Amino acid sequence: MALKKVKGNIERMFDKNLTDLVRGIRNNKENEVKYISQCMEDIKQELRQDNLAVKSNAIAKLTYLQMLGYDISWAGFNIIEVMSSNKFTLKRIGYLAASQSFHCDSELLMLTTNMIRKELNSQNQFDAGLALTSLSCFISTDLARDLSQDILTLLSSTKPYIRKKAVLMMYKVFLKYPEALRPAFPKLKEKLEDPDPGVQSAAVNVVCELARKNPKNYLSLAPVFFKLMTTKTNNWMLIKIIKLFGALTPLEPRLGKKLIEPLTNLIHSTSAMSLLYECINTVIAVLISISSGMPNHAASIQLCVQKLRILIEDSDQNLKYLGLLAMSKILKTHPKSVQAHKDLILQCLEDKDESIRLRALDLLYGMVSKKNLMEIVKKLMLHMEKAEGTLYRDELLSKIIQICAQNNYHFITNFEWYVTVLVELAQMEFGSKQGHIIADQLIDVCVRVTAIRPFAVNEMSQVLDVYASSTQFTIMQDVLYASAWLCGEFVTELQKPESTLISMLKYKNLPQKIEIVFLQNILKLYARCLMLYEIAEDYDKIDGMYEVTQKKLRNSLKSPEIEVQERASTTLMMLEIVQEEIMKRKEQKGNLIDEHEDESDETKPTTKIDEEHTVAASLMVLFAGELNPVAPKAQKKVPVPEGLDLDDLIEEPSLDESSSSDSEYEQMGNLFYKSEQKPDRERYQPELTEEERVKIREARKHEQANNPHYLKGAAKRDNDNGSDNYQVEDIPIAELALPVQLKVLSKRSDKYLNLESGKSKKKKSKSKGKEKRKEKKVESSTDGEDDAPNVIVSQNIEIPEGATLSDSESSHDNMDDPHRALNIDLDLPSFEESLVGHPKLTDKDEKKKTKKHDKHDKKRIKDKKSAKKSPPQAEDLIINDLLLVDEVEQNQQDDSSHVKVQDEILVGDNEVQEKKKKKHSKKDKDEKEKRKHRHAGDGTADAGKDKSKKKTKKSKRKEGDKENTKSHSKNVGKLKMEFDTLVKTDDDYEEAHGISTPSKEFR
Amino acid sequence: MMQFMLLFSRQGKLRLQKWYNAHPDKLKKKITRELITMILARKPKMCSFLEWRDLKIVYKRYASLYFCCAIEQDDNELLTLEIIHRYVELLDKYFGSVCELDIIFNFEKAYFILDELLLGGEIQETSKKNVLKAIAAQDLLQEEETPQGFFEDHGLG
Repeated sequence: MALKKVKGNIERMFDKNLTDLVRGIRNNKENEVKYISQCMEDIKQELRQDNLAVKSNAIAKLTYLQMLGYDISWAGFNIIEVMSSNKFTLKRIGYLAASQSFHCDSELLMLTTNMIRKELNSQNQFDAGLALTSLSCFISTDLARDLSQDILTLLSSTKPYIRKKAVLMMYKVFLKYPEALRPAFPKLKEKLEDPDPGVQSAAVNVVCELARKNPKNYLSLAPVFFKLMTTKTNNWMLIKIIKLFGALTPLEPRLGKKLIEPLTNLIHSTSAMSLLYECINTVIAVLISISSGMPNHAASIQLCVQKLRILIEDSDQNLKYLGLLAMSKILKTHPKSVQAHKDLILQCLEDKDESIRLRALDLLYGMVSKKNLMEIVKKLMLHMEKAEGTLYRDELLSKIIQICAQNNYHFITNFEWYVTVLVELAQMEFGSKQGHIIADQLIDVCVRVTAIRPFAVNEMSQVLDVYASSTQFTIMQDVLYASAWLCGEFVTELQKPESTLISMLKYKNLPQKIEIVFLQNILKLYARCLMLYEIAEDYDKIDGMYEVTQKKLRNSLKSPEIEVQERASTTLMMLEIVQEEIMKRKEQKGNLIDEHEDESDETKPTTKIDEEHTVAASLMVLFAGELNPVAPKAQKKVPVPEGLDLDDLIEEPSLDESSSSDSEYEQMGNLFYKSEQKPDRERYQPELTEEERVKIREARKHEQANNPHYLKGAAKRDNDNGSDNYQVEDIPIAELALPVQLKVLSKRSDKYLNLESGKSKKKKSKSKGKEKRKEKKVESSTDGEDDAPNVIVSQNIEIPEGATLSDSESSHDNMDDPHRALNIDLDLPSFEESLVGHPKLTDKDEKKKTKKHDKHDKKRIKDKKSAKKSPPQAEDLIINDLLLVDEVEQNQQDDSSHVKVQDEILVGDNEVQEKKKKKHSKKDKDEKEKRKHRHAGDGTADAGKDKSKKKTKKSKRKEGDKENTKSHSKNVGKLKMEFDTLVKTDDDYEEAHGISTPSKEFR
Repeated sequence: MMQFMLLFSRQGKLRLQKWYNAHPDKLKKKITRELITMILARKPKMCSFLEWRDLKIVYKRYASLYFCCAIEQDDNELLTLEIIHRYVELLDKYFGSVCELDIIFNFEKAYFILDELLLGGEIQETSKKNVLKAIAAQDLLQEEETPQGFFEDHGLG
């Protein structure tokens, strides 16, 4: 044995250690792969030996190779061997390798459970620390479940070093094994007030992370954190606490009001940028959540914006970036305050740093006006030409379109300009996904702005013409799609439909979805041309056209794409039928001419075919009727038929069934959970009362009256005027129509810019530089907005009968809707869902302890700010706290006897009682889920415990009240009152946020 | 919560990686490659933040090394820069004006220091002194073991 050992050690003398390996790799740069494969062989050799030191050396090398990208998963077992060594040096290497290479799905992890448990309980704090650190990287569900108790015990360790690591580790455990949260929460809460600052900050970190995912459950901790925030000076921790408040305020606006003062103080006083930034962010969140009704509300925003301006003006690019980022949050709710800093934001568009430009772009949409839109877009287009990398280009493109299209093209005064810009954009290089954005815009503009159709359609036909012969598309294909559709749909606006038809016939090898549109629209164009020729009685041309078109369609018939084939053949058949008819007519006509050859000229007009009687007219019937865009929310606006209750369960899930098949029930639960949430929100609008409807209608009319872009029913004349205007302006189109101009396109849209500036200040020459133009812009912006020509944007969109248009306006405003930020997703991921409510289920002991604390804290806070804060606010928080406990207890009622206990507290308060019962029935489902995680026996035991706890709690609560020097009888009354307000506040708060919870339905 | 931390050289060689969420190796490699090219392509005067997928990337260059962290949407970028800086300070203190070679040859030490600073993606110890103390204590533990361990290992003990 000894001999073997000695032999092994002699071999080891020649082994490479880690340093040798690293050096070797560096010296063998040319044939690194070969060198490493040789090393791998050595390592495998070493791992076969018995000596742990040798093995650990091999593992250390493997860890290095792993970083270089080599697979070391095969060595998992060896790593565990090294981990199990009782020497710290070796263990350290083993655990490092494990944390780097183990994956939480690995089956090997099963082997580590006991080993890690041993380490966790080790006397040496560094052993435990090592295990915790490593475990945090690869913890699996099984490990989390098996070790959660051990880690929990470590929370009470005497060594802060261990406590700190254990606290952070608990978060990882929660993520993997949510059931652990409930029992661990009291201890975690305790750690928030740990004497060691490291442990305390770790606990703050963990709670902050938890609360950001489920803020609702942590509202009760607000007082503790408020105290921490006002007493601690550790910036690391303060940032986390303030972030936590940022997550909580949307749920509890009163908290926000309270926070404003300390936060503004911090903003004024702190020198740490990270803290300042966090404070500003939270203040913004607070302001968003309370929206208005704060006296110094405007002042806070002003302060934020001012501070942000300082950040943006800073030479540090990072601060600049973050300043812009935060600005964009303010822009959503308080556009006015941001607009004041337009100069700064425009300046940032010129920044060298792409990331900063992107952020500035985000803000830009709030900066435009009718006057400066063209200028800004021109600037962006210039950027686009210079820009490297498609990412920035794509962003620019979508921003240009967003800016122009926002608010129903509110800022566009000249749609010819816009169409030209779109065509120009289409000719630039983009990622593949951008084409359809432009195409959609083109279609949308043409459909909704009647006046622009003649211009746009002819522009489109030019586009089709230019690219007909080229085999390589330098234009985005999606734009061809739009062009073809527009030319077909608005064919009557085309100046030369036959030439457009011919160009469209020239296209070859189009992608399927574009080819389809081409086929369809070729038919439309064909019908139009046919009509024209028929009227002119030019049957030769019809024949010619038929020949060419037929040829193209026959080609398309050979397409491998099934849909192309189908359409081609349909179209072809249709043309044949039409052609037959034409031939008949031609013959008739021939006969007629023969008959009337000798007759006088006067009879000739009678033979003239009028539009309605052409063959083409019957073909055109196929495409008759106006197409309107469908309102984005049209589907939702379809009123729910009477007698249909979407929230009604189709089948009442019975309790027995569900307990027998848990998984099935869970699915069902999910199903109904979802269905319960959505319809409530959707139904909200159709269910308006008459009064509300009148109000809405009034508001809408007002809005319409003020909106020059609104198409009024009676204002048909305006419409005509508008198009007349355009016909006047259309005159220069003929000049534009030169195909050559497509090559100097980048300057085409400038024409409108000059036109515009020429209009506003004719004296100034057009060739002046940009700065001049900027000046002009400033000057002219003083002119009334109404100076700009009105262009009618049709808002005629398809919505179901009875739905009001004002609804659709709200959908357009979505971009700036402050409530969007409030739209907090309460649908939690499944594992987190089970966290909901859990914390409060068993932490009652804790609550009792801390409740005193809370009140205590509250008092202190109150005393501090008694001048400013009204007492109810402070108490409400406690009230909330209590409410949660009560509700949670209800969850645990497994038998009706428990309800009685509840009743004792609420004697005489029938209303509340009823509500509770309803709630109770509602909660059955939740309970079921919870019960799943529990054994049946435990369940009843729990219930028993609850009762006893309940009683003690009751007495404690009273004690607490006694401290407040109030008589006993009053206490009972107060309790009831508290409960009343509780239920009410709960209600109010739900109302205020439009958050619908299933329980609300039953009230 | 920090998702991962990467250290890489100007040549794009990975020097250290710490993943706080377990991913398959393939994905890790892909992410690493993507980020390294993305960050190396950025010019020196650009800001240190990037939006990448649904994460925010915060990076900073110290001499020839890039320190790159991925954080979640609502995390504080400046705080992350602080963490990176804190880590660099710690390395500097431990190695005594640290350079890339120190990290290459003592990469396990670099990991140990990082593990004392962060755990599971959260800051664990904000006091530099405490981190260094913990590291020193563990190193001492290792040293105490070694002499006698050496003989034992060699079958001579």
